[in-house]
Amino acid sequence: MNFVYHVEGGDFTNAGSTSSQVKRMLKKIGVSPEIVKKTVVALYEAEVNIVAHAYRGDITVDLEEDHIKIVLDDEGPGIPDIDKAMQKGYSTASQKVREMGFGAGMGLPNIKNNSDSLNITSEVGKGTTIEMINYFQ
Amino acid sequence: MTIEEIKNLVQGEVICGEEYLDHPINSVFASDLMSDVLTLKDINNLLLLTGLSNLQSIRTCEMSDIQYMLIVRGKEVTEEMKELAEDNDMVIIRTKFSMYKTSGILYNAGLPAVY
Repeated sequence: MNFVYHVEGGDFTNAGSTSSQVKRMLKKIGVSPEIVKKTVVALYEAEVNIVAHAYRGDITVDLEEDHIKIVLDDEGPGIPDIDKAMQKGYSTASQKVREMGFGAGMGLPNIKNNSDSLNITSEVGKGTTIEMINYFQ
Repeated sequence: MTIEEIKNLVQGEVICGEEYLDHPINSVFASDLMSDVLTLKDINNLLLLTGLSNLQSIRTCEMSDIQYMLIVRGKEVTEEMKELAEDNDMVIIRTKFSMYKTSGILYNAGLPAVY
């Protein structure tokens, strides 16, 4: 099953609504609470990243019997140095993002900690794509 | 200690979740940084103590399975926040006390830190 959600950059009111829908969906099909939590924590961080840094993005959720694959594809400034962005404490977040309780350079490391497989590609001036997979067992 | 006892200790008011006031709280985490809250593993009967009162602090609780939240310094809770919290069966208590004072009162009353 495939679901696509649209996210607008700067829309802090709705940041997290996709993660919320995915959480409900995973709970409904009986995925264990631990795996639901790690999946939605990773997704929520990534969704907030689109709102915080990009102009817009699409989140495609591919739900299979034994795993969930989530692809977050955004149009935005891109990440010049992914290794640096993965370092704890490194952040380029605005004051507005910090006021929301984010922007401490913990997002990408936290996404990594909560996903079984993570792949990040980015092109400066175009955007970033994050692909994460979590297995249900 | 129940969430109701905590409410009384901090002279707080219930914003939502009146029906869950008899639930026990085992530990507390205090933070305004939601990324930090999202790293917590053991959230069973955890109370989040925070000065950050916005939609994202409620969303963070939703994603982290945190049901109990204590907002310090009398920060405003909007209708939108309240609705989202109610959708997730959350209890929100608000106190006028500062983060430091609230932490001190709860720690003194025997509530341990989450780690």
